[in-house]
Amino acid sequence: MLLRHTPTEISERKALTINPAKTCQPIGAMYAALGIHGCLPHSHGSQGCCAYHRSTLTRHYKEPVSASTSSFTEGASVFGGQANMLQAINNIFTVYEPEVIAVHTTCLSETIGDDLPQIKKKAESEGKIPEGKYVISASTPSYAGSHVTGFSNMVKSMAMMAEPTGKKNGKVNIIPGWVEPADMEEIKRMTGLIGVKTILFPDTSGILNGPLSGEYKMFPEGGTTVAELQSAGDSIGTLALGEWCSADAARELDAKHKVPCSVLDMPFGLMATDRFIDALRIIAGVNIPEEIVHERGQLVDMISDMHQYLYGKKVALVGDPDQLIAMTEFLVSIDMKPIHIVTGTPGKKFEKRIKEITKDMGCEVNVKAKGDMFLLHQWIKKEPVDLLVGNTYCKYIARDEDIPYVRWGFPILDRQGHQYFPTVGYKGGLRLLEKILGELMDRQDRDAPEEKFELVM
Amino acid sequence: MTTATKKKMVQRDPAEIKAELISKYPPKVARKRAKQIMINEALQNETPSLTANVRTIPGIITMRGCTYAGCKGVIMGPTRDIVNLVHGPIGCSFYAWLTRRNQTDAGPDGENFINYCFSTDMQEQDIIFGGEKKLAQAIQEAYDLFHPKSIAVFATCPVGLIGDDIHTVTRNMKEKFGDCNVYAFSCEGYKGVSQSAGHHIANNQVFRHIVGENDEEKPGKFKINLLGEYNIGGDGFEIDRIFEKCGITCISTFSGNSTYDQFASAHTADLNAVMCHRSINYVADMLETKYGIPWIKVNFIGADATAKSLRKIAEYFGDKKLIAKVEKVIAEEMPAVETVRSEVRTRTEGKTAMMFVGGSRAHHYKELFNEMGMKTISAGYEFGHQDDYEGRQVLPNIKLDADSRNIEELEVEADETRYKPRKSDKEMEALEKGGLKFKEYAGLAPDMDKGTIIVDDLNQYEAEKLVELMKPDIFCAGIKEKYSIQKLGVPMKQLHSYDSGGPYAGFRGAVNFYREIDRLVNSRVWGYMKAPWQMNPQLSASYNWE
Repeated sequence: MLLRHTPTEISERKALTINPAKTCQPIGAMYAALGIHGCLPHSHGSQGCCAYHRSTLTRHYKEPVSASTSSFTEGASVFGGQANMLQAINNIFTVYEPEVIAVHTTCLSETIGDDLPQIKKKAESEGKIPEGKYVISASTPSYAGSHVTGFSNMVKSMAMMAEPTGKKNGKVNIIPGWVEPADMEEIKRMTGLIGVKTILFPDTSGILNGPLSGEYKMFPEGGTTVAELQSAGDSIGTLALGEWCSADAARELDAKHKVPCSVLDMPFGLMATDRFIDALRIIAGVNIPEEIVHERGQLVDMISDMHQYLYGKKVALVGDPDQLIAMTEFLVSIDMKPIHIVTGTPGKKFEKRIKEITKDMGCEVNVKAKGDMFLLHQWIKKEPVDLLVGNTYCKYIARDEDIPYVRWGFPILDRQGHQYFPTVGYKGGLRLLEKILGELMDRQDRDAPEEKFELVM
Repeated sequence: MTTATKKKMVQRDPAEIKAELISKYPPKVARKRAKQIMINEALQNETPSLTANVRTIPGIITMRGCTYAGCKGVIMGPTRDIVNLVHGPIGCSFYAWLTRRNQTDAGPDGENFINYCFSTDMQEQDIIFGGEKKLAQAIQEAYDLFHPKSIAVFATCPVGLIGDDIHTVTRNMKEKFGDCNVYAFSCEGYKGVSQSAGHHIANNQVFRHIVGENDEEKPGKFKINLLGEYNIGGDGFEIDRIFEKCGITCISTFSGNSTYDQFASAHTADLNAVMCHRSINYVADMLETKYGIPWIKVNFIGADATAKSLRKIAEYFGDKKLIAKVEKVIAEEMPAVETVRSEVRTRTEGKTAMMFVGGSRAHHYKELFNEMGMKTISAGYEFGHQDDYEGRQVLPNIKLDADSRNIEELEVEADETRYKPRKSDKEMEALEKGGLKFKEYAGLAPDMDKGTIIVDDLNQYEAEKLVELMKPDIFCAGIKEKYSIQKLGVPMKQLHSYDSGGPYAGFRGAVNFYREIDRLVNSRVWGYMKAPWQMNPQLSASYNWE
């Protein structure tokens, strides 16, 4: 047994987190910043933070992840990191020549109280930021929130780059939240089909799913451009996908530049995608084309075709709040029973939302924000499930408890596909179903007695 | 085969290459980097000097990690029955969770915590009001849940800044429990200039709190400790297999698949065999001073190197039966190695490699490439010190800078009752005369050819330049470097995590490595980077489509 020391009996833990269901803010900020065209994320802290985030993102994407660090040593930690940051800005613009440096803090620089906006002013006054280049920053203390919070904070800093001209650009801002590059691509495909002009930010498609061509580009073609971010203040509205990931940025644009926003769930599964498409229709005043209706019909079709394999199956879920809310709703909508749901990210609203979504399911649901995977495992030991959905670390639980398991979320370190095949939208819903059904039916095949082994399923 | 059509190594003047590596830097950066890039002269003991173990320049994309990574990640991570509790915000513990591929088996006692990740997950109020209470509570909860033999606590950056006294907390908890050794490591990420500082801090605390705790005599005639072997990809399992076959008893491994009791009994061994000089030489030195156990440098990466290391160990014990047994084992193991080697060599001979990894690995793996007829044209360490490049004779001349002075040096004296020189001065002298060198490591530079380029703390920009200018057939470093190199069309082998491969140590490991490198440098995929229309972009004059 891999997790041989996990007891079934749950004892209250006040101070000890075991097998976390979250990580820290800066990695989220780094991921978001990679979605700006020509941007080098910069970690203002000691080297290890940057090395760990780059390693984790690289393992997840199997792509180069460039980011720099202020390389704090004891001196910088005592006297402040301004000198390191100024030196870094100069070196980065000289050697790597990015359009933008997106700086995020760490628990180290936050604890000593480094003031990034002030350091940026100093860099400007010393002429360290070349003409036409940008330094943006986000405060991302690791001791608050989670990687999701850090993502949200950097996306908000991106929204703060908006410079409205006063003339509307006829576009809709879409803030997709922490989804895969393939998901961002899919959102662009859908909005393209509908005929809505959009500014999508961040946009990691093309950056973290690039080709092998014999050429290495530190700054690949993809990403939201600075011009687009500046223009976001002229958009006719903003759709923020996911309260945790995207709402702050949308509200910033609303409050500061009167760009009206609505906060939706991430478009995973049938109903959340329905709401997303409908919101697009209303905000942009367009008709939904037949292609989209067709894709929706295909998803409904597969649900009805395969309903017998899904009905009543119990599921345990672990991941990030926005994703879990949409996924829980999807599972309930196809008559599955998500009964154990954990996120490591704090937020009472999460538990409330999940309770609401599952209230008519007819069985007790365990849900916890700021929980961990040790607790999830204990819940599963107490009440077993038919399916487990979560990131790579779930494989230890799945093997010990012999549960079919779909990898979905962050990080996925041991399988491929998430970079290339979306799970958002109706097409993404089909892929989610394909994955779920594949696991459930493989299990049926594996466990069926010879006489009950089915050819046609 | 694609490699046949590949451009051959461009012979360029190394001085020119060096100049090009630093030409884009601002002047201050260029001056500093120039001292960390050396054109090798391949001279024993009088090689030109290289600056190492100095700060990375802010903003320059480095391969390096932090002190915490060296302490918790590298040294203590591979222990299996110690609950390794990270005191800090969640990230540090999360990122070090199973990512180094240290393999463990639960052993007869069934204790194995390696698949778990423990953290105090410090929150804002802990940073403001102090985290000591939360730490004590977390230790209590870990004890109540698991009743481990030992709990180790690791400090992350904010812990040092807010002044949590983790050593007092752990001492109190140890006293409270009575049957669980609890201790702490002040391995905040900002200490030192790289992972290396963390190794030193880990060495000190393991020596201070664990080594010597169990005096019970372990069975075995030829008892050694294997220091600096982390069982990545199962390397340690292969070395254990060979030791067992030879009749050599490994009392403790620092720290692959290790247990608390192995550390506690390390002082009962009669020889320390040091694999990774950089990360563990401190423990070797301290074990000698306090208990009288001599140390020799070994290397089990490479079949010939493995044979050589086994012979050194046998020579030390000087037992005829052991010497004969070792020869017998080598004779048994080598044919399988040679079969694969000679087969693979037809496809690898003359190819070139670059290696930028660790503080010893770049040197160790050179052996394996040599065995395949491949030439290492450029190499360096991520966190090595000057002695790892130039040999231990430079130790007295290394000036301690402020960063190094921050790392504690344990004052160790001979143990009053347990100090026992394993060999008399006369015996040691005779062994030295016979060619067995104690406390000696000659470093990477003397082993590299003249005109090769040695680079300390290589960074992203220089890596790309080196590949562009020298066109190696394979590049070795870590996960962060992997895909930018491969985008250039050069295969990249991770020598930290082995890309899910291994073991590469010992005889069987060598075979695995030969096959792996053969696979990489001869893979068809590197021929697919351009589509046919990209290779022949001009349009054909005639339409012959019938």
